Amino acid sequence: MTTIDVGMPVSGLRSVPHLPQEAAKQTKREFTSDQEVRWCPGCGDYVILAAVQAFLPELGLKRENIVFVSGIGCSSRFPYYLDTYGLHSIHGRAPAIATGLATSREDLSVWVVTGDGDALSIGGNHLIHALRRNVNMTILLFNNQIYGLTKGQYSPTSRVGQVTKSTPAGSVDYPFNPVSLALGAEATFVARAMESDRAELTTILKAAAEHRGTALVEIYQNCPIFNDGAFEVLKDRSQQEARIVRLRSGEHVTVGAEGDRKVLVRKGSGVMKFIPEAEAATGESGAVVAHDPTLDDPSQAFQLSRLDTPEMTHVPMGIFRQVSRPTYDDLVRDQVRAAVDTAGGPAGDAELGELLRGRDTWTVE
Amino acid sequence: MSSKTVQALDRVVIRFAGDSGDGMQLTGDRFTSDTAALGNDLSTLPNFPAEIRAPQGTLPGVSSFQLHFADHDVLTPGDAPDVLVAMNPAALKANLGDVPRGATIIVNTDEFTSRNLAKVGYTTNPVDDGTLESFHVHPVALTSITVEALAGFDGLTRKEKERAKNMFALGLLSWMYTRPTTGTEAFLTKKFGARPDILAANLAALRAGWNYGETTEDFASSFVVAPAKMPPGTYRNVTGNTALALGLVAAAHRASLPLVLGSYPITPASDILHALAALKRHGVTTLQAEDEIAGIGIALGASFGGAIGVTTTSGPGVALKSETIGLAVSLELPLIIVDVQRGGPSTGLPTKTEQADLLQAMFGRNGESPVPIIAPRTPADCFSAAMDAVRIATTYRTPVFLLSDGYLANGSEPWSVPSVEELPDLHVAFASEPNATDPKGEPVFHPFLRDEETLARPWAVPGTPGLEHRIGGIEKADVTGNISYDPDNHDLMTRLRQAKIDGISVPHLEVDDPAGDARVLVLGWGSTYGPIAAATRVVRNSGRSVARAHLRHLNPFPANLGDVLRSYDRVVVPEMNLGQLAMLLRAEFLVDARSHTSVRGLPFSTVELADVISTTLEELS
Repeated sequence: MTTIDVGMPVSGLRSVPHLPQEAAKQTKREFTSDQEVRWCPGCGDYVILAAVQAFLPELGLKRENIVFVSGIGCSSRFPYYLDTYGLHSIHGRAPAIATGLATSREDLSVWVVTGDGDALSIGGNHLIHALRRNVNMTILLFNNQIYGLTKGQYSPTSRVGQVTKSTPAGSVDYPFNPVSLALGAEATFVARAMESDRAELTTILKAAAEHRGTALVEIYQNCPIFNDGAFEVLKDRSQQEARIVRLRSGEHVTVGAEGDRKVLVRKGSGVMKFIPEAEAATGESGAVVAHDPTLDDPSQAFQLSRLDTPEMTHVPMGIFRQVSRPTYDDLVRDQVRAAVDTAGGPAGDAELGELLRGRDTWTVE
Repeated sequence: MSSKTVQALDRVVIRFAGDSGDGMQLTGDRFTSDTAALGNDLSTLPNFPAEIRAPQGTLPGVSSFQLHFADHDVLTPGDAPDVLVAMNPAALKANLGDVPRGATIIVNTDEFTSRNLAKVGYTTNPVDDGTLESFHVHPVALTSITVEALAGFDGLTRKEKERAKNMFALGLLSWMYTRPTTGTEAFLTKKFGARPDILAANLAALRAGWNYGETTEDFASSFVVAPAKMPPGTYRNVTGNTALALGLVAAAHRASLPLVLGSYPITPASDILHALAALKRHGVTTLQAEDEIAGIGIALGASFGGAIGVTTTSGPGVALKSETIGLAVSLELPLIIVDVQRGGPSTGLPTKTEQADLLQAMFGRNGESPVPIIAPRTPADCFSAAMDAVRIATTYRTPVFLLSDGYLANGSEPWSVPSVEELPDLHVAFASEPNATDPKGEPVFHPFLRDEETLARPWAVPGTPGLEHRIGGIEKADVTGNISYDPDNHDLMTRLRQAKIDGISVPHLEVDDPAGDARVLVLGWGSTYGPIAAATRVVRNSGRSVARAHLRHLNPFPANLGDVLRSYDRVVVPEMNLGQLAMLLRAEFLVDARSHTSVRGLPFSTVELADVISTTLEELS
């Protein structure tokens, strides 16, 4: 019987066959399928696809042991463009299908590609249950705050007041914060990245792939047709630094450029707020917050996720939470393995015959 | 030794009825096991409310278990009980209408208090007001005699002693019908091993019941029912749910593939989940999902990975799973959907039986979405039906519906256990290498290049190098499987999917017509097998001819079905719905199939169907 040592992080890719050391390094081209990519010109999905195709070779996995599962929506076309195994399923159900695949096949690296409507609206139930179970897979949630494929209705992450085809008078629907939701479901790995920041996105994807358990990566992605510029203030270099809060493990949580920097402090166990660096030094306004994604208690990570506002005044990016907890699929397989091992190996014809006969038989001559 | 007389009977129907908390299902189960061990053929019908503990002593709270056993082959749980055990006034009132005059009724007089009588609307006590004067009534103070018999058990409360009254009743009936109690004693020892005082009390109550029958003058004689002549073999008693679970495990074993169940609890299918969850030793993986949709999603994901994916549910669950079944049709992957039908629509009658999901299984999806359907006919038949479902799913790469029902699921009968070697070989070959070349001459894999004979596409599982491919619910181009919106391609693919299902190899329909001159055919499917067979037997015993046939394959139909239907002057189709198979037969074969339907949550009675057949015969003469 194999057991997972809770204390030691085990790689999410531990059981997936790797290429031999001496093998030629894989290239982005090998991971690119022969299918024509059919997203709208300027769609943020292109950038994410390029980043994923370029990053996958770095994992050194056998390509045939990688599976991308998706639901429905623009982002869910993603698997068609990767030369791995892929399953484009139905709306919202990808986490459930991936759970069955990941649990029955520990030798696979399983990825789910989903969007804000797919994951948080029609598939919300499957998402939270995958996160709480901690199935070994990586979920990439492309958030463009709109329904694209159905041509422009508001989504569960759209801003209150957003005018769309289905909300001509403005949306009155209060949005989800995907990171807060994931942390509330006690997800063991939660991160957020910008589609446009390829270096940071790649770093996070790598950490997510290595994580054993469900890793949720929210990726802000621009829809140039129905919600263009939704994240413009975060992409605009003149505003970026004042708005993006880069979470770095072991470091203080800060925002703003050198000289105009603000530091996150917390008074007692109360709310967090940003104050000027100089003021923070006095310690009178509260203790300076250091980011620690490995804290078992998700409270601080949750508080950080709440810094986010619809106005995007301060938007934390990076890894919010990264903790080790036994995964559902490992535990399920362990139970089966233990039962088989205890009985002395896989059941043969004799054992099946015994099962069919049961404990209470009689014979008719 | 008893000085009482012993009479021989050829068949007996007993119904145990009591409050939900009285342990009637357990009592019935134990009596069944002891009867099976004695070699009688038998059939059972548990009947219980959806509520776990409805208010005590009320009509909605009545739970019953009927057992039919005989010295010959038994086809149904019996129309009417020869013996009713009524543990309280509610049990008497709820069941009396089914008991024929002259039958035996044993009542627990302790429970016939004015308060309990009032609860069910009795103004006077039916035990002594003449209501029961046409019956052989045995008034027994079951509760107080049990408590008295356990007087020495100081460690037990009165309530705990009272709880053993079902064992007293079992002991009494075991004496009446000369059943051995050793099996029950062993069962109790296992169940209560950790509570020696409770164990001893139950054993004492069981013996007290036996001794009561032997010593009290009220019971003048006991009865024997000789063993039935059954084909040689090793037998066990199984319920449909157990047989179905075993069939799935055996199929996976014979296919050398892992079995993965994704399921959400639902009555009356949950026992299959329970049974499979306990079979980890056989490599079975069970995942209890967050909802019905996830249950089938998990199963389909496992199928994509090369396992036999199974989901178990009942009608309301099928409604939720429909979209994923459609996806499986489009992906052309093996998948087993077990629908243990119950009364509907909506929540309907969760614990009662019905056959009203046939059209849902047949058509309940968007688009042209054909799915094979198999229906077992008896509890034990669920075993081979499950194996057959797996054969079709893996051979043709298709989801398959297995339509059981509440009557089969909870009913039981003796099963001649097959030897493993004689079970069908279900070995499956996964695709292992490219199956085509591209224009440049490079080897490529085409996930929708079909087998010429079966039209099945290759099953290429992740982890196989060189066969990386992407599939989805969007229409796929023939052969390559790439996304295609081409009109002609969609027309072709739709027809190919239909042709694949239409071409599934199913055995010819066999007709049972011993005289060979019947003009009326009774055609059934699923759990109506027993009542139809029993009814045709009654009609034939009266010297008239009637033919009988039973469909296991509802989609596709057996190739000879049309010819069979057209060779009779009249076709009668009894169904526990409002005529769903009849509608399919009329649509497919343009025959004037006559429906006989009932949706009372209970199987047909033999008498009812025999009347229907007789009336039809008279119309023709």
